[in-house]
Amino acid sequence: MARTSVKTSVVSGAVIDGFTIGECVHHGGMATLWSVTHPGIAMPLLMKIPRVSEGEDPAAIVSFEMEQMILPRLSGPHVPACFGTGDFAAQPYVVIERIPGKTLYSRLGDLPLSFEEASGIVGKIAPALADLHRQNVIHHDIKPSSIMFRPSGEVVLIDFGLSHHNQLPDLLQEEFRLPYGTAPYMAPERLLGVRDDPRSDLFSLGVLLYFFTTGVRPFGESETMRGMRRRLWRDPHPPRKLKADYPPWLQEVVLRCLEIEPVWRYPAASQLAFDLGNPDQIKLTARSERVKRDPISTVWRRRFNDGLTQPKPKADLAAQLAACPILAVALDTAEGSEPLNEALRVTAQRILATLPSARLACLNVLKLGRVTLDRTLDEQGNNKHIDRLVTLKHWASPLRLDENRLTVHVLEAIDPAAAILEFAEVNHVDHIVIGARQNSLVRTLLGSVSAKVAAEAPCTVTVVRPPRAASLHEQDANVKKSDEVRA
Amino acid sequence: MRLAIFADIHANRQAFSACLDFARARGAERMICLGDYVGYGADPEWAVETVMGLVDDGAIAVRGNHDNAVGATAESMNAEAQAAIEWTRGRLSAPQRRFLAELPFELQEEDRLYVHSEASNPAKWHYVRSASDAARSIVATSAHITFCGHVHQPALYSMSSAAKMTSFVPISGVAVQLLGGRRWLAVLGSVGQPRDRDPAASFAMFDTNSREISYCRVPYDTEAAASRIRANGLPLWLADRLSVGR
Repeated sequence: MARTSVKTSVVSGAVIDGFTIGECVHHGGMATLWSVTHPGIAMPLLMKIPRVSEGEDPAAIVSFEMEQMILPRLSGPHVPACFGTGDFAAQPYVVIERIPGKTLYSRLGDLPLSFEEASGIVGKIAPALADLHRQNVIHHDIKPSSIMFRPSGEVVLIDFGLSHHNQLPDLLQEEFRLPYGTAPYMAPERLLGVRDDPRSDLFSLGVLLYFFTTGVRPFGESETMRGMRRRLWRDPHPPRKLKADYPPWLQEVVLRCLEIEPVWRYPAASQLAFDLGNPDQIKLTARSERVKRDPISTVWRRRFNDGLTQPKPKADLAAQLAACPILAVALDTAEGSEPLNEALRVTAQRILATLPSARLACLNVLKLGRVTLDRTLDEQGNNKHIDRLVTLKHWASPLRLDENRLTVHVLEAIDPAAAILEFAEVNHVDHIVIGARQNSLVRTLLGSVSAKVAAEAPCTVTVVRPPRAASLHEQDANVKKSDEVRA
Repeated sequence: MRLAIFADIHANRQAFSACLDFARARGAERMICLGDYVGYGADPEWAVETVMGLVDDGAIAVRGNHDNAVGATAESMNAEAQAAIEWTRGRLSAPQRRFLAELPFELQEEDRLYVHSEASNPAKWHYVRSASDAARSIVATSAHITFCGHVHQPALYSMSSAAKMTSFVPISGVAVQLLGGRRWLAVLGSVGQPRDRDPAASFAMFDTNSREISYCRVPYDTEAAASRIRANGLPLWLADRLSVGR
């Protein structure tokens, strides 16, 4: 098992486990990358080979082992597909799909980007992170050079050498005395040795968003432990101090990602993605208006109150994510829907009571006619869209949710089920609660919205019915009884 | 080849039967038994007979401290374990006792070592409860992977080329590749008396080609096993603990 004796004898034209080596495309500190081909695989491929010869950084080996464990388990559009791994026993390598184009690092010369473009980019990274976290992996090295794009526009996350898999041994656990990663992007809790909190990735993404919108790194570029530790108590300058025209909603998002305590950040990447997809719905707090950093008294309290900076016991990533779902309730505002809407509220209340970090999106579909030209104003000149929003808020008020846990949406569509399904898809909704009528003539004629949603939704669907009225059978029986009494 | 590895069966017929069925249904080609076939449970004759049958069919079996105590009265044990061993001694036939007495303390096959307690001194029955305990065992053997039991709580340790340790509590059903670049110590959970607050029987499967280990949990009829213990007049706690996995 003397691994240091393994020499990288890879040359163009050599064949390793059926992969023919092409040209060397990158020669990095930790690994070299080669283009490779395989007779059975049509897609362009890269072989990553760690630098393991004598005197190399031991981190290169451990990072490579981590990728070797994690990459074959990942799937979906947001990671490169993995086609093979080779162990240290022979020639260590991983073969992955070659993503065309450049990393986001290539945009550093263009900073600051416009608010729209930067938030659009981060709005694409957040769902990729959510998908990674769902697969039990925390990336731990989110930065521009770890982010690529497919031609279709979807983000691909690369470089899993520092990642943590919640269901596998963490090889970086005791390997290094100092936290390993990219200093400007590293979350404060990482400096305390915490490796199992997915919100560390949200912090790094906040650094990226801050940097891309202001051109300035919020915590500078210090690589010393002392310089990095400052972020445990010192908050960054609010973006509005650097740019007076910084949109309050965007500052709200950035500063929430950069909260020192993970618990004050977004509970999950999907909720950050939701806000970036619905900026007009973001609840603005004091964060959004700030132009100054926290007062020195707050900073001192953080610095000398160990309680705030103590690492917590190991967390179960899946349980943590399951505790902060996005719940969508689809409501009907038509006449006679009150009993059903009441039943929906009871169900929503029960779900929310058990999940203090869940957020609720209330949906209503403003149905457009297929033929007639719809007008936003009704006969009395009221704006139907606004009316519906008011109705939704009114429905939700007894739930007494914090405003940052509640959003309301009126979707204009011809097909209500399709609109609800699309909303769930785009916003990564985890659970849809929808009503169904007991006996609806409309349902028989047109097909049920809830049935279509339940059948086609990408997530859990709860179908709620109003309290059961006496059935026809029971009514018949009652009629008979009264007949008997009469007789 | 797919190995099924069982530790600390402890005369629990219901649990071991369930694990054997589970392993065979998942294509186990070879059985490895890491010791402590008897003690605590009420079916020692059946347990030893079953292991003897497996060995006849090519299985590997090593000796545990309870197996050792059947023949060696000097073995120090707690009162309940001692009571169970004295009862067990009277139940086993002479050929069964001889089988236990002749089992090796450890056995190496290719780059794998099978041992009941740990590799640094197998006959001393040290427990592996921490990364430093694991390190002591790993450096004492040339084997790449050591499989052991004795602790009744599953754990997976590794040592890097720079002698850095990692420790991990495996998740049942999630396969872990035992990478060739480091050395591993896989501590198996107990088939017959789990103590990690999960009453389901615990064992593991290892694929020698993919080098993946999967820890498995198999629910079984704990009440039947507990009734046998009570019916035979063994200490009551040995019955009660089965339903809570402690």
